[in-house]
Amino acid sequence: MAAVAARHIRKQFGDVFAVNDISLSVNDGEFLVLLGPSGCGKTTFLRILAGLESQTSGDILIGGENVNEVPPRARGIAMVFQSYGLYPHLSVFNNIAFPLKTQNTPRDELRRKVDWAMRLLSIDHLSSRRPRQLSGGERQRVALARALVREPTVFLLDEPLSNLDAKLRTSARSELKQFQQTVRTSTVYVTHDQVEAMGMGDRIAVIDHGQLRQIGTPTEIYDQPADEFVATFLGTPPMNLVEREGGSLGFRPEHFLPREMLNGSALAEMPFRIDRMEYLGSERILYGEIEGRPSKRIVTAKLPAHAASDQLRAGDRHAFAVRCSELHYFDREGRRTREGAVQ
Amino acid sequence: MTAIAEGTRPVPRRSRFVLDRPEFMGPLFIAPAILYVVLLVALPFFLAIYYSVSAYTIFNPSYHFVGLKNLKEVLESDIFRHTLGNTFFFTIVSQIFGLLLGKVGAMLLIQDFPGRGIARALVVLPWAVPVSLAVLAWKWMFDSLYSVINWTLMAVGLMDPMNPAQWLGTTDLAMTAVITVHAWRLFPFGVVIFLAGLTSVPKDVLDAATIDGAGFWRRNYVIIMPIILPIITIALIFGTVFTFTDLSVVYLLTNGGPVNSTQVLGSLGFQVGVLSGDVSHGAVICLFLFPFLLLATIILLKVLRRREI
Ligand SMILES: Nc1ncnc2c1ncn2[C@@H]1O[C@H](COP(=O)(O)OP(=O)(O)OP(=O)(O)O)[C@@H](O)[C@H]1O
Ligand SMILES: [Mg+2]
Repeated sequence: MAAVAARHIRKQFGDVFAVNDISLSVNDGEFLVLLGPSGCGKTTFLRILAGLESQTSGDILIGGENVNEVPPRARGIAMVFQSYGLYPHLSVFNNIAFPLKTQNTPRDELRRKVDWAMRLLSIDHLSSRRPRQLSGGERQRVALARALVREPTVFLLDEPLSNLDAKLRTSARSELKQFQQTVRTSTVYVTHDQVEAMGMGDRIAVIDHGQLRQIGTPTEIYDQPADEFVATFLGTPPMNLVEREGGSLGFRPEHFLPREMLNGSALAEMPFRIDRMEYLGSERILYGEIEGRPSKRIVTAKLPAHAASDQLRAGDRHAFAVRCSELHYFDREGRRTREGAVQ
Repeated sequence: MTAIAEGTRPVPRRSRFVLDRPEFMGPLFIAPAILYVVLLVALPFFLAIYYSVSAYTIFNPSYHFVGLKNLKEVLESDIFRHTLGNTFFFTIVSQIFGLLLGKVGAMLLIQDFPGRGIARALVVLPWAVPVSLAVLAWKWMFDSLYSVINWTLMAVGLMDPMNPAQWLGTTDLAMTAVITVHAWRLFPFGVVIFLAGLTSVPKDVLDAATIDGAGFWRRNYVIIMPIILPIITIALIFGTVFTFTDLSVVYLLTNGGPVNSTQVLGSLGFQVGVLSGDVSHGAVICLFLFPFLLLATIILLKVLRRREI
């Protein structure tokens, strides 16, 4: 059974739809990532799930029950905000205890639960500190602990790592994922960072302009993008798109290799004119153009650094190729079509 | 090469850069403030201290030293003791009402509604209007014959038309009137302070409290109030000093009457020291404000310092 389900959710601000007909469900114990560019409506959708914002139309179901009219506190959700929303005047202990106090939890039960949450997140030594005396990572853990003590049906996390520096973010990412696997609570995680999404999500929901573009496992999203938006939103550099009759042809830069590096038969060969090369340590990025195949953007190729043979130089023309199985076909509307339908 | 270049460059005169030097500009900029404090605060203050221990009156300007005789006489006077009580009562009660109204006003004005900008601007009026003008208007409202307040109360049947309230003529009502005017004058200050406080509470914190199950009251008194407490404390102390030392409202509205029932330290000091010319006793009365203001200032500075951490 789905822990949370959204049915045709719309949210209108003035005359713009911040959320435009999103339907999705989060399975029990699942880690679902909402991924999309800035301003696409992720936060708005999450706030609607939480009940902090009311939808213009559509239904929210939590544990199978319609909660449209249920206030946030009774929805059985816990939310971690982008800036954590810790209570600045309360100690770490009291911050975590706050949701229990509002439920009039008996004293010793409260103590027990708070201690348990603090130990789980290894912040028990901070219990008497105030939020402003904590580092970003510690604050994030306090916010998680506060969310955890309520034993919610679902966690809603809104870019909880975006305030951390790059290094801390990587370790916090794996800690968070590990934590979720320990407690096994269904989680909706919002981010605009594809690395976070790919690394953490059991499934990813890609959103653009308030619309759900695709939902699926990271592999599905990456290997079988439903449309050009998803194809070009994920991957660094993003998927190349070149014109073809009746739409466009897509292939990932790491599949676009010098002809001699590929063996086998089913290859699509393309003459590549290299304009510029970038050396990134473990790999080399080539920027250029495919002759006879116009593209809206510069075409890129990603080669393992060791394999980038010395013959490749900026200004050169070289025969490149893609395996036919790694070609993606999109129609004029940008939607994926059956492979090889028209060539 | 460099020697030649240096030789041809004109040597800059030190005085040209005098305006760049903090040890010159610093004292220059701070001088007006120091002058102001010395001439208009420190000098009168020490003069007042001296007056309070001398036998100085306008009619007999002698600096003859009499020690604590004036203080003793003032403390033994019934009117003074009554006035001291009045001052505290009136300061505390008008603070409470002013800030309470301010809080309610701020909570209304923080909501989004059409015309909010105009409403916010209008609220500041009681502060912007000169006190003499404002009190004049209030005087009409409290007038025994033309009182709008009485008319209204009579119209809704809460007051006997044969026996209208004498707002400024009976002791209790006169105090009520003075407090009302003061609370009214404090109200905009309260609104502004509370608005600043309320908008400074991060939205995430409020949303978190909502999700954590805090209702309206708990959000208000367990989350918002403690967070904005330092701001409120500052408002309270400012308001207290402002009200404690004020004599304009009492002087213009009731002149301390009837029978000294609304007399406050400021107005009594003014009456004795300036109007009756008994400068030394007036000085004693006014100096009575000093310990309380000192205390208030110390607390204020403490709060401000704690806030910085
Ligand atoms: N209260 C509001 N009033 C009007 N428009 C709003 C409001 N809240 C959000 N919007 C608009 O709705 C759209 C979606 O906003 P939202 O905050 O959900 O984006 P987001 O995907 O969370 O972006 P980000 O990644 O930058 O946080 C934006 O275009 C935003 O301008
Ligand atoms: Mg957002």
